[in-house]
Amino acid sequence: MYQAVRDALSIVLAKDDTAVVFGEDVAFGGVFRCTMGLAEEFGRERVFNTPLTEQGIAGFGIGLASMGHTAIAEIQFADYIFPAFDQIVNEAAKYRYRAGGQFSIGGLTIRTPTMAVGHGGLYHSQSPEGFFLGASGIKIVIPRSPIQCKGLLLTSIRDPNPVLFMEPKILYRSAVEQVPIDDFNIPLSRAETLMPGSDLTLLTWGTPVYHCESAISLLRSPPPTLEPLVPPSLRSATVELIDLRTILPWDIETIVESVKRTRRLVIVHEAGMTGGVGAEIAAEVQKRAFLRLEAPIRRITGWDVPAALQYEKFNMPDPIRILDGIMETLTY
Amino acid sequence: MSADTTQLQDTITDHSRPFTVKLHEDSFRTYKIDPPSLEVQVQKDELLKIYKDMQCMRRMEMAADALYKAKLIRGFCHLAIGQEAVSVGLEYGITPEDRVITAYRCHPFAVMRGGTIKGVIAELLGRQDGMSHGKGGSMHIFTPSFFGGNGIVGAQVPVGAGIAFAQKYLGRKTATFALYGDGASNQGQVFEAFNMAKLWDLPCVFVCENNKYGMGTSAERSSSNTEYFTRGDKIPGLQVNGMDIIASRHAVQFARNWVIEGNGPLLMEFVTYRYGGHSMSDPGTTYRTREEVQRMRSTQDPIRGLQRYIEEWGLASEQELKQLDKEAKAEVDQAVEEAKTSPAPRSEDLWTDIYYKGTEPPFMRGREREEVHHY
Repeated sequence: MYQAVRDALSIVLAKDDTAVVFGEDVAFGGVFRCTMGLAEEFGRERVFNTPLTEQGIAGFGIGLASMGHTAIAEIQFADYIFPAFDQIVNEAAKYRYRAGGQFSIGGLTIRTPTMAVGHGGLYHSQSPEGFFLGASGIKIVIPRSPIQCKGLLLTSIRDPNPVLFMEPKILYRSAVEQVPIDDFNIPLSRAETLMPGSDLTLLTWGTPVYHCESAISLLRSPPPTLEPLVPPSLRSATVELIDLRTILPWDIETIVESVKRTRRLVIVHEAGMTGGVGAEIAAEVQKRAFLRLEAPIRRITGWDVPAALQYEKFNMPDPIRILDGIMETLTY
Repeated sequence: MSADTTQLQDTITDHSRPFTVKLHEDSFRTYKIDPPSLEVQVQKDELLKIYKDMQCMRRMEMAADALYKAKLIRGFCHLAIGQEAVSVGLEYGITPEDRVITAYRCHPFAVMRGGTIKGVIAELLGRQDGMSHGKGGSMHIFTPSFFGGNGIVGAQVPVGAGIAFAQKYLGRKTATFALYGDGASNQGQVFEAFNMAKLWDLPCVFVCENNKYGMGTSAERSSSNTEYFTRGDKIPGLQVNGMDIIASRHAVQFARNWVIEGNGPLLMEFVTYRYGGHSMSDPGTTYRTREEVQRMRSTQDPIRGLQRYIEEWGLASEQELKQLDKEAKAEVDQAVEEAKTSPAPRSEDLWTDIYYKGTEPPFMRGREREEVHHY
């Protein structure tokens, strides 16, 4: 997936003279190699390193975008975005509104690697998307695969609103696809149904998409060790798997339509449960589909604890926990 | 420093031609840079225009004060009475192509950068004719070359660095002036912006408006180094008597030239004074004495200082200046009346300008349970 990021950035730099890519260590490729060779190809005036200065990077990008530039900033890890929180929430999200529409910083896109990698620990494995939910004016996008990443990143960069583009870092290396070399866009604020189903809606984004796929396959054909725990009556249940893709503003219509059909919703995300994105979705869906629901909306998330270095995989919503949540919801 | 110490160097024979004056030798202090010359060219018409503009700005702020006390303006309101030489001096030293961004004490800058008094007052009143259509209020006023008042202390400084980068990238010989106060000077992101600007030699003038008090705490009680012009490390600094309009304008021209000639950023400090409180809820007398404010008003006032120069140099009589005062008052009074007649913002504007038109989510929740706006 890291090559898909590079590919998208390269297309933008080639087609848009005002586009500039900057962040910590991006000139020599970045820690995840997402910007490899871009400085050589497009010049160090357009692809350059910044100091370790997240609040400054965000503010600088906002100023640049306010001059009509396409400003593509990288915050090296989503865990480091908190110093820039004020700039993103108070400046980026509100710039247009508070100027009565006179100013736009729509050219700003902040890319940042997010979610767990298995051994990241406290400051390299967090999923902070939920903290930004209340900041109307920005968009938040999280891709699940290389093709998705390229299309969504190109759309995010060209979207006339500031976008926070969070890339699940474990997928940089582990997610591999044949990505079209063309310039293509995938629309924002549209969820994608990956597997149709009629008995339960399973909603997620980013890395857990794959854990959800595994959980569905465990449900359908459990291995011998799990067989006694998965009642045969549940194995024929069909689960509708949806990738939300854009976290803000999210695709309410698609989710509600699905839940009204399946009557059950399980939401999976890596961030902790309290105040997570799942809370917002659950509240809205229960309001719109209350009488159709057969079971409480279930959230399967990281625990409400800091992401410790050791046992990180126990913090993640893994296929077993997701399977358990699906079965409980199906049998409620 | 005193505001009335600039000396005439020429004999003025023709009022339509520029003449030379010499600023007081204490007008500037510098850090890692040679000071600007003390000899300055000025001209009668321009000085009278500057005088009138400073009067208008003061009258506008006084009108805002009265409207606030009459409960017509609500919310936060920070006035710049006493600091007119900075906003007016800045505008007379730069061009429309230059860019300015400041903090919340922004009303005079908004007018000087192409806005109107009516637009500012209407914004404070929260009306449709306000420069942000009533959605911003006192701290959020913009023009095409003025990137706003900004309400978060220090947040505008790195934004200014980004604006300056765009100017450099576009190869334009223009400058960005990023203003902040002595209080904001201790914010971490100010130093982040300094570092980036010097690292990349951006055409950015960082301007510290030192009015001696960050809210209710004096500079000496908040800053380990109160020589704000020296706080840029490798960035040269220039301290200016910000109560002297001629020195202020001259210093701005000098700073502009410095940065557009590719020397990298400059840190400028205007030593100034606000007569009122930090905001309308601060009487401004609990952390300083009334005598101090009175002494500044009677000995340092930038408008009275310019008035004295004009009279002493025989450019205009007291009566002629009084006439300008009257005109300024009439202009502001009229703007206030017009602003008051402006309607309240359109209710549908509550939902506009959040996301770019056409890219909004399907709906936004409103102020009460039933109110949901569908795009």
